[in-house]
Order: sequence, then structure tokens, then C-alpha cells
Amino acid sequence: MTRKVLSLALMSTALVTSAYAQEATLTIESWRNDDLALWQEKIIPAFEAEHPDIKVIFSPSAPAEYNAVLNSKLEAGSAGDLITCRPFDASLALYEDGHLTDLSDLDAMGNFSDVAKSAWQTDDGSASFCVPMASVIHGFIYNKDAFNELGIEVPTTEAEFFAALDKIKEDGTYIPMAMGTNDQWEAATMGYNNIGPNYWKGEEGRQALIKGEQKLTDPQWVAPYATLAKWADYLGDGYEAQTYPDSQNLFTLGRAAVYPAGSWEISGFNTQADFEMGAFKPPVQNAGDTCYISDHTDIGIGMNAASENQEAARTFLAWVASPEFASIFGNALPGFFPLSSTPVELEDPLAKEIVGWREECESTIRSTYQILSRGTPNLENETWGASVAAIKGAETPEALGQQLQDGLASWYAPHQ
Amino acid sequence: MQTRRIRWHIAVFLAPAVLVYTAVMIFPLFNTLRLALFTEVDQTRIYVGLQNFRTLFFDPIWSEQFWNALGNNFWFFLIHMLVQNPIGIALAALLSHPRLRFAALYRSAIFIPTILSFVIVGFAWKLILSPLWGIAPSMLDAVGLKSLFAPWLGKEEYALTTLALVSVWQFVGIPMMLIYAALLSIPEEILEAGEIDGITGASAFWKIKLPLIIPSIGIISILTFVGNFNAFDLIYVSQGALAGPDFSTDILGTFMYRTFFGFQLQLGDPHMGSAIAGAMFAIILIGVCIYLFGIQTRMRRYQL
Repeated sequence: MTRKVLSLALMSTALVTSAYAQEATLTIESWRNDDLALWQEKIIPAFEAEHPDIKVIFSPSAPAEYNAVLNSKLEAGSAGDLITCRPFDASLALYEDGHLTDLSDLDAMGNFSDVAKSAWQTDDGSASFCVPMASVIHGFIYNKDAFNELGIEVPTTEAEFFAALDKIKEDGTYIPMAMGTNDQWEAATMGYNNIGPNYWKGEEGRQALIKGEQKLTDPQWVAPYATLAKWADYLGDGYEAQTYPDSQNLFTLGRAAVYPAGSWEISGFNTQADFEMGAFKPPVQNAGDTCYISDHTDIGIGMNAASENQEAARTFLAWVASPEFASIFGNALPGFFPLSSTPVELEDPLAKEIVGWREECESTIRSTYQILSRGTPNLENETWGASVAAIKGAETPEALGQQLQDGLASWYAPHQ
Repeated sequence: MQTRRIRWHIAVFLAPAVLVYTAVMIFPLFNTLRLALFTEVDQTRIYVGLQNFRTLFFDPIWSEQFWNALGNNFWFFLIHMLVQNPIGIALAALLSHPRLRFAALYRSAIFIPTILSFVIVGFAWKLILSPLWGIAPSMLDAVGLKSLFAPWLGKEEYALTTLALVSVWQFVGIPMMLIYAALLSIPEEILEAGEIDGITGASAFWKIKLPLIIPSIGIISILTFVGNFNAFDLIYVSQGALAGPDFSTDILGTFMYRTFFGFQLQLGDPHMGSAIAGAMFAIILIGVCIYLFGIQTRMRRYQL
């Protein structure tokens, strides 16, 4: 009797599920809880208008917890159908564990360049497991009113850059540069990896480092630390305890003139700041040198291998790879630049200025992200500490380079 | 002859607590210790015995971090023992003074931070001490001591001590309450007898009250020890998982969290994380045993 009831119950659930299967519901896992409104109001309606049979739910978790939360959901089998991908190893590990599907056969993947796809590929490039969504570009955002008031030209070389900072400091109205070392990552991400590519010549240096042809003790990798050491004089009082939100507030309140930035700040700054902002790219050593920018692949999206809605998920991913999505996403989130090969017309002036650097300069990604942060000690985390130590003057640039090189060589074969 | 009946009700009444405690405490504890004996190679979990502990204690990369965290933990504990507990005892002694007015008000005011969340305490103190918006620099400026101000939370040499003092501020209410209760339980007759013998005021505290509250101080010390070696929240809230600047505020809790769950590009390693958790467990166990067998059994107790 009970068995009969049970099988009846099972049958009815099976029927119910199959009835639902015609109208698939896709759930997206993401760490971008800031973008919830954008997804609900713009992206999802645009997709559902084209595909009325597919419902999409955007379900983000807090950025700092995302990796841990996602991993446990995937282990437990309760993760959503679509997974927003962190770049490089975090997602590669998910692919290797069989949680992400190989998407190389998706036609729409042809819309992306190899550099764009590199963040979500196996080391040999044979399988791509996430559709690239956006990158962020590093540079400096500045207060145009302050520059006009003090009569400062936008610097293009390092000498001009420090001359401008000197002038702002001398005048005393503004803190020359808004950055703190309390949260550590700012010093590495907005400091070292912002100005660094000009020294190590972007991809050329980064690839050579991965292959073991260059070392972190080489002058092109040590020199950025020496430059960072000079920054200390231009940061605000007590920068040692200044946090990331402190720096953002200092700049948007108009108390600081220059902000070492990532382009993701644009939308926040647009709403906060009531002065005109401009941007300049990391200064080169000598006028006329080729410039290199960090155009870092940051967000992708892939498919949960355990998803029950594989077809619907593929349809959604193909749409994410389309120029239509790129245009909605790029304009709704100025500062997160679409990676598709078809250029997207951006409306935000600051975003437009920054994305324009792609035409003038060579693009690269952050030096520590691919392969090199796989072992213990973790090169990215070590770089945070080293950049802070450089700014504080706690150690010489040469000693820092040596320390990082020793750490890397302790586990990475090409450097042994 | 009467057969002894099995007293089922004992088992029945114990069962819920034993089951719940086993499920949520004993099982996870032993499972964590078990996890520390494994490692993962190519997505398969293999048994490696004590290899993880050998790495933790002898591999220079791991051991440097471990000893740094342990040393910081001892410093954190030392500050609590030297600052929190004496202040707690002193406050309790003052509060138990019969002629003190508004005693209830002071008692509540000092105890309130204890019930606040770590997140609030960490955030509030970060704002107070902020060199940009904080009130600490302007308050020091008002009394002409601006030169004493430093961005304490951002300096390697001060950050840990500052956070330990914030934690003291938060928890000083606990020793105060426990000692206060112990002081109230001292019978008036003993104090009066002392008075007749000419022991009054401060010497009454040192010669009569203090020896009588020594057992409570012992309990407070062991609670502080366990609490400090399990600490994590305050450091994580105010300095993040990297426990900056330059790992100067890294304690075992944050070290374990970073290793277990991973951080930024560093992927989590549950097995090494469990090894650290195992080491924390051992340290606390040893500390508590030293207290129980070495100190508590020798403590002199007075029948009141």
C-alpha cells in the first residue's frame, strides 16, 4: 500500500516536472550583487522578449563569499544552471572537477579573440568553458576641475606625472592621489599592475615570465616597485590605515585630484562625484614610447554540467555572446567593457575615453593571474604585500623582487 | 530479593542533548581531525597520515606563517590577561563598593559592548580611528596631542595591539560581571571580622576579598584563553582575511580561514585548513589541561 502511494507520488512529480520542462527556468549564479537591478530591468527582459519559453533568474551572492558558496552549492548539486565565471584558476578548477561544460563547440564563441577567451581556457587552449562577458581597464581618473584650477596638463610621461603631483602637493588644496594601503589589494591592482605593463611591455613580458624566460628580479619587474615607492609622498595623511572605500570617498568628495583606478569605478563615480572627471592612461617613461594597458578579462559565464536545462542554457549563452548583449551590458555598466570582437558604441564619455585606449595601446592582463598564482605561496597575494611594502618603503624594490622570485621558484617548474 | 530495575528514564532524558551535541559538535570535530590526515591529488582524496602537520610545522613557507600566527595569538592573549582582566577586577571592586552611586548604570554601560556584534564593534572602531574621518585625531588635536596620533590600524607595529585593545574594550564586561558576582557572595561577617582586626579599605581587598575570588579569576583566565585562541571575527571584520598590514594581525583563526576557504586567487585547501584547525584544537586542549591539572587542583579554596 505504502509503496503504491509512493510510486504514485513519484509519478505525479515526474509529470509535473516534465510539464515544466517546456518552459525552462534558468538560474544564474553570480558575485555581482551590485548589478541585480541591471539584470532584472534590462538584460533579462531583453532576452525573455526573444525567447518567451525561457525564464531567467539572476541570483547573486556576496563577492567575498562567492567562491566558497558556489563550490558548496556545486558539490551539493543545488547550484544554478548558469555560473558566472571568475577568471583563470578558480573557474579552471571547476571545469576540471566536471562542474562546467566545454563550450568550444558553441558557434558564438567565434565572436571573441584569443586573448578574450584566454581567461577561461585550459592551459593548452583546447577547451573553452565560459563565454567572456567583460574586462576592466586600469588607468588614472582625475578631477578635471582641479586640474584646470591649478593649470595642470594631463600627464603622458612619468616625469610629467610626478611634476603634476608635485604641483598639486605644493598648492595644498587637494590631496594629490587617493589611495591607501590598508586593504592591500589596491596597491597591487591599482598600483603595480596598473603602471607595470609599461615596464614589462605587456604580453611580451607576461608570457616570458610564465615561460620562465624572465624573472621577477629582472629590472622590468622590479622598477614598478621603485616607482610605487615614490607614490607615498603624494598619498593622504595616514594612508597606511586608509581603506578602499575611504579612497573612493576622498576622490568623489573632491578632496583628492587623482585616483589610480580600474574602469569598474565609473558608474559609482558618475553618481557620487559632482565635478567633471577625465582619465589618463598609465604614463610611459619617454614621450612616444608604446603604451601598454591592463585590459583585464574579469567576468565570464558558463554552464553548470549538472544543469537539467542544457538546451535553454546554451541558447542563453549564445545570446550572451551576441553583439546585442554586448551593447546592453556595455552601456548599462560603463566601465565593464564587452570583449566581443565587434566594437560596441558606448555612450558614457569617461568609459568611451578609457575604452579608446584599446586603439592606441597594447592590451595585456594582470601579470599574476594566469598560471602563476596556482601554488603556495600564492603570487597574487604576495604581490599585494610587496606593493604595500614598496609604498611604505619597508623594503627595497630589489629585495621585494627577490622575495617574490624565491616564492615563485619554490613551486613553479619553469623558474627552478 | 529485589532485582535492580534498569532506569530507562535516565537514558531518555539524556538522549536529546547527547544526540544533538554529537551531531553538531563531536562528529564535526572528529571529522575535521580526520580530514587533516588526507590530501587531494588529481581530484582524488588520498590518505597521507601526518604529512599535513609535517608541512605545517617544518615547511618554511607554512611554518613561518604558522609561528607568526601563533606568536600573534599569544600577544593577543597576553594583552587580554594584562589589561582586560585587571581592569575587570578593578571595576568589579569599585562597583561592589556599597556607597557608590549609579552603580547599576555603570554596570550596564560597561557591559553593553559585550552584547554588540563584532561587525559593529570592528566597523565603529575603524571609523573612530580612521585618519581621514575619525574622531580620534580631532580629539587628540583638541587637547594638543595631535602628534601622538598615528594610523594605528595600518602600521605593522601597532595594529595587533590596537585590535587587542578594541577587543578588551568590548569584553571587559565579562570578567567584571563574574568577579562582581563573586565579590557579592563574600559574607559580610568575614569583612566585619577583618575590620575588628584592623583590616579595612584597600588592605581588606588585597587580604580578604582577592584570595576569595581567586577561583573566579582562574575561570576567567581560562575563558579568555579559549576565546582568544578561537578568535577570528574581529580581525576578519577590520583587517580582512589577509590580516594586514603584512600579516601583523594574522592569528590562527584567520590563517585557518584563509587556508581552508581560499582567498582571492588562492584556492581553498580543506585538508591543510583542517590541519591548522587540528593544531588550534591541540593548543587549546593543552592550555586547558595545564590549567585544570596544574593550577586548579593546587588552588586553595576557602569554605565560606
